This record gives sequence, C-alpha cells and structure tokens, in this order.
Amino acid sequence: MSATGSIAWLAAHEFRLAWRDWRGVITAGGRRSFARSLTVLALIALALHIPAWAIVARFGEDGVTPDIPALASVTIIVILYFSLLLSQAMESVTRALYSRGDLELVMSSPVPPRRLFSVRIAANAGLVSVMALVLSAPFIDALTLAGGPRWLVGFGISIAFGILAAALAVAITIGLFRLLGPRRTRLAAQVVAAVIGAAFAIGIQVVAIVNYGDFMQGGFVMVPGILGILPGEDSVVWWPARAIFGDVGAMTGVLAVAVLAMATVTTTLAPRLGEHSIAATDLGAPRQGRRRTRRFVIHSPRWAMRRKEWLLLRRDPWLVSQTLTQILYLIPPALLLSHNFGNTTGSMVVVVMVLVTVGGQLAGALGWLAISGEDAPDLVATAPLPPGGVVRAKVEAVMGALAMTLGPLVLIFALFTPYHALFAVVGIAIAGSSTLQIQLWFRAQARRSHFRRRHTSSRIATFAEALTSFSWAAAAGLAAAGTWIAAISAVIALLIMAGARSLSPRKAAA
Amino acid sequence: MNQATEPALALRGLTKVFDRPAVDDLDLTIRAGEFYALLGPNGAGKTTTLRMVVGLLPPDAGSVSVFGIDALTDPVAAKRLTAWVSDEPMIYDKLTPLEYLEFVAGLWGIDPAAAEPAARGLMDWLGLLPHANERCEGFSRGMRQKVALAGALVHDPRLIILDEPLTGLDAGTARQVKDVLQARVRAGNTVIMTTHILEVAERMAERIGVLSKGRLIAEGTLAELSLRAGGGGSLEDVFLTLVGESAAA
Repeated sequence: MSATGSIAWLAAHEFRLAWRDWRGVITAGGRRSFARSLTVLALIALALHIPAWAIVARFGEDGVTPDIPALASVTIIVILYFSLLLSQAMESVTRALYSRGDLELVMSSPVPPRRLFSVRIAANAGLVSVMALVLSAPFIDALTLAGGPRWLVGFGISIAFGILAAALAVAITIGLFRLLGPRRTRLAAQVVAAVIGAAFAIGIQVVAIVNYGDFMQGGFVMVPGILGILPGEDSVVWWPARAIFGDVGAMTGVLAVAVLAMATVTTTLAPRLGEHSIAATDLGAPRQGRRRTRRFVIHSPRWAMRRKEWLLLRRDPWLVSQTLTQILYLIPPALLLSHNFGNTTGSMVVVVMVLVTVGGQLAGALGWLAISGEDAPDLVATAPLPPGGVVRAKVEAVMGALAMTLGPLVLIFALFTPYHALFAVVGIAIAGSSTLQIQLWFRAQARRSHFRRRHTSSRIATFAEALTSFSWAAAAGLAAAGTWIAAISAVIALLIMAGARSLSPRKAAA
Repeated sequence: MNQATEPALALRGLTKVFDRPAVDDLDLTIRAGEFYALLGPNGAGKTTTLRMVVGLLPPDAGSVSVFGIDALTDPVAAKRLTAWVSDEPMIYDKLTPLEYLEFVAGLWGIDPAAAEPAARGLMDWLGLLPHANERCEGFSRGMRQKVALAGALVHDPRLIILDEPLTGLDAGTARQVKDVLQARVRAGNTVIMTTHILEVAERMAERIGVLSKGRLIAEGTLAELSLRAGGGGSLEDVFLTLVGESAAA
C-alpha cells in the first residue's frame, strides 16, 4: 500500500473518483445494471467498426504512398481530431478549476499543492488519452485487419495526442486566467472549448465538400500554389501523419514531444493551477458593477417576463457558446454555396435545410432555459398572471430571441435568393415551434446552471427535438426544391411529435 | 365585500394528502394586521399549508380565502395582495438586485414611478444599496434572502407569507429582516411566518398556531398557549408539551 499523501496514493484516489463517476454515467446513476451497460457499450463499439471499415479499409488493403498530398490530407484530419481532444481537455480543466468539490479539503491538508495538481493534470491526460483511443480504435482496428499490424502504431499516436491536448489545455486555461482573470476565464474557456469542438465537426464537413475525388489525392493541397509552399516530405510537420501510416520512429518522436510538453506543464504550471483554483472558487466577493442611471421601465407583466428572459439569455455563458457553435455550423453550407456557385438550386436547398435545423435546435436550447430552467419558480408561480400567461410570455421571448439570432443570417440569404429565404423563414418558425412544444411537454423544474445536463434528464425529448428539427429541415429543403416528397418529410415530423407527446410525462400524468 | 373587515386569511377544511394526510381538514383564521407564527415539528404540514395558500400547490379539498377573495376560483386577484418568501431564496444569479426588483414590480404591474422609490427604499433599509448594481451570483445566503425579501415587499402586499425566512442568516441580517417585518405589521399589513426558532415567534408574533400531523392542535397568544399547556414556562416548554400530547393522542 502506498504512503498516504504520496503521488501513488493521490493517483489511486483520483482513479477511484474517476471510475465511480464513469460508472455512474454509464449506469445512469445506478438505475441500470453495470453488466448490461457494459454490454451495450461493447455492442456500440463493435457497431462503430462497420462505418470505420467502410471508410478506411481500402487504404489498409491498397497501402498509401506517403507523398505530400497524402501527408497533407491526413494532417488536416489530425488537426481536426486534435481540436476535438483539446476541446474536451479544456472543458475538463475548467471544470476542475471552478468546481469547489474537495478543493478546500485538499488545499487545507498538509499535502503539497504541487503534488496534488501534478496528479490531477496527469489524471486529465489519462482521461483525454482514453477518449482519443476510444475515438480512433475502430479506424485503427479496421486498418490493421485490412493492412496488417503496422497500423497498430496508430494507438501510440492517439495516446500522444491525448497527452499533448491535456498539456496544451492546462497552458491555454492558465494563460486565459492570467490574461482575463478568474471571472472572464470561465466564460472564455467554455466558449473556446465549444468553438474548438465545433471546429471538428465543421472541418470534417469542409473536407468532405472540398474533396470530391479521392481523399488521399488531397483536394486542398492540389490547389495551385499551395503545394509549393508546403514543407518537404522529411519535415517534422509530417511526423503525426507519418506515424499514422505506421512509421514507428515518427510515432516515438511525437510521443516524446507530448511527454516533454506534459512534463514542462506539470513542473511549471501545477503550482499555479492550485493558486488559480483557489481564486476561481473564491468568487464570492461581489464585484462592483456599473452605476445604473436608467429608470425603472414597466409595461405589463408579460412584457416584464419577456424582458427578464432576454436579459438572462444574453448573460448565459453556455448559451453564448452554444449559439456561436450553432452559427459556426453554417460555415460548411456557406462554403458549399460558394463552391457550387452557378449550380445554385442544390446548394440553396442545403442552406435552407441547415438554417431550419439550426433554428429548431436553437429554439430547443432557448426553450429549455426559459421554460425548464426557471431559477425563481415560486416567484413566477405566485405572481398575479392569468393561467398560461407565463408560458405565453416565455414562448414569445424564445421566438423573439430566435428571430434576433437567425434574422440577420436569413436577411443576408434573402439578398441572394428571396424565394429560398422564404422557405427558410417558414421552416425555422415551424421547427422552432415544434421543439418548443416538445420542451413544454417534457418540462421539468431545474436550475439554469444545469443546462449542460439537460440532455440526460430526458433522452426522449432530446431525440425528439433533433429528429423533428431534421425532418422539418428536410421538408423545408425539399419544398424549396419543388418536390412533393416534402410532404412525406412533414408527415414524419408530425409523427415524431405525436410519438413524443404520447411518451411525455404530462400526457402520462393526464 | 368589504376587504377591510375580512380576515387576511381564512382556511376551511383545507386538506392535502400525499402518502398520508399532510394537511388534514384544517380550519384557520388570521386577522388583518396580525403577526402570526405557525409552528410545528418537521413534517407537521406548515409548508404544505402555506404553499396551498399562495397557489403553488392545489388542495385536495377545502377553501382558501385571502381578504375575502376565493383564492381557488380567482387566484390572480388573491395573488395581487400576497407575497411569498420561501426558506430557500430563489433569485436570478445573472440579475442585479435592482433588476430583480424591477422584474418583480413588472410582474405585479406596479407603476414604475412608485416601484422605483419603493425598491430603493427597501434596498437602503436592508443594506443592499451598495450592492444595487452587482449581479446576485456572488451574494451570500443572507444577502440573497434580503433580495428575495425586498422582492416580496416591493409590490406592497397586504399579506406577507414567509416560510422559515431566518434560516441560515447571521444575527445582523436576521435582525434587519425582523425589523422590516415588524414595520410592515405596524403599517397595517399581515405577516404569517413559519419558524423553528421559537424565540423569534415568542418575541414577534401576536398569535401563534401549532400544527401537528396536518391539524391545528393549539392557537392563541403565548399566555393562552401557556395556560393550555398547563401554565408557565417558555414557548419552547409549551410547544414541546403540546406536540408531545398530540403525538401521544
């Protein structure tokens, strides 16, 4: 048994907490059997090998010549994959910094903070590395099955990326802390993490749009002029890509860089993490705001309710990051629009569909905050508003916020094509109303700060929201394209709504 | 109907059953301008009763009348006269106290010309004015409770109902809250308060009601309750005697 307070002892403590956390997540807090949950996870992991095989097996079978176009193409994927890991690592570091948890206990104990935070940084690196392995394993397995054991080197590079992402996340977060201070860092880190995470999904779409032909031909790098400025095949820039192609030397090099980065961060920044954690969790001292000169403005109770909702939505860090992320998702269709300029019908339809999807999803998120995430439910319930008045005001607030967010984008779209913009407006209104209705059926009292966990409170509502948005988006896009198949998509959306209603707690209670 | 002569609150046969009766055929009358303390052991039905009065919980049976207004058939009219402060201060972290009070005044449809001076006056009285422009997210429990109390009072309610308002407050903050409530009673408003701090009930309340197992087992001034419990002793002695008798019955 290791001595109490030693690195091994602290690591065992962290591992036990992480294990119980993970076990709690997969068993939904102990409501499901652990064995059954593991079986489901294993089946999902196996199922993920099927698309992975379809995507990469041919590269394993045929082999890939690691020339500049191939190395560049893989490097782009590596950057996107790394951005996802970095996003998760930043999320984890921010959570560790700002959650009070056991911090006061351990900081008041005789264990040196440097030791404690070194272990926490290492634990975070372990967590991100596991995530990196989980994400890459289906592809590496498929490549190994198709092309032999040299592809197993991919596991080493995944671990290296995990360690590097964790080290970089600590450095970025502490940099933000010094630059912006504890209050702003929380918001900035959350927004940066969300945007970096979105960059992964967006980047993949961009790659898919630009690379119409064979991926390894490198659609990007074949753009005239770019090939000439890329470094030679022996450059260290290509080490990660070479490692993925099975080069053990390159993998060892990347792993060494990652371990060195982690050692540097741990040595130099672990003590700072302790100080910053204390500063971050000691935000109790109120800050002096700007002196308000505006007089009270009061019109009607419903007006007051709408105004309050808008004020809170504007000041919600998670919503800001979610909205930014949703808007970033518009980049790929915009790219498609410019890429396909001239062949307008198809690309305009895609823009309609993306706008409607974003509208539906955003209305769902806003709706949860306004309807379920009411922090003063007693106050609102005891206010002299007629029955339904509160809900009406909240729905108006959400639809208003949706209009304010997406309105400018739709207006720009209308400058190009008013006809398609009209379908986008109608689609957004219907998809937004539908997801809001789902929120009303599934509303459950919660704190606004639980926004991130809203998906776990009702998976049925989450799926219904997403499927309804997609179905209305398809209906709007197809209608804009002038095909009657739009009606089928609309019927599917209505059926999903009917299904959600029949499964909602309110219907069950009735 | 003359609201001036009507009791502030009249409950008749009020009943709520969860797994067992939480409030059991309760009759209670509280006069206008009275400071009334509702006592009882944990699970006696105090909070359930008050939540039914303010419209947060529908009763299974019985009636609730606020200044002669049937609160079950015309809840909006009853709510206009009532304020509710729960034991857990529920305010918006991202609003400043001033913005919170503006919102509450808006919900009750108060004229801004009257609401703003009232809000600033309350904040001054409760020592919140230096924090008027800070968001509530960094506030201590005591400060949050004071903001919630200011919100309850900004629309000048005739009936103020508080559930354990002094829980977790330091001595200074508790004193401020008590002073504000006593001033409201002096101004002719009615205060109904539940508390586990018997000394507060003893010193502040004109009449005290004791609930046990959802029923009103005793009611009156401290002297009347002492007599009922066999005479003498502090409110704590009286309370324990009454609750003990009820449990044995």
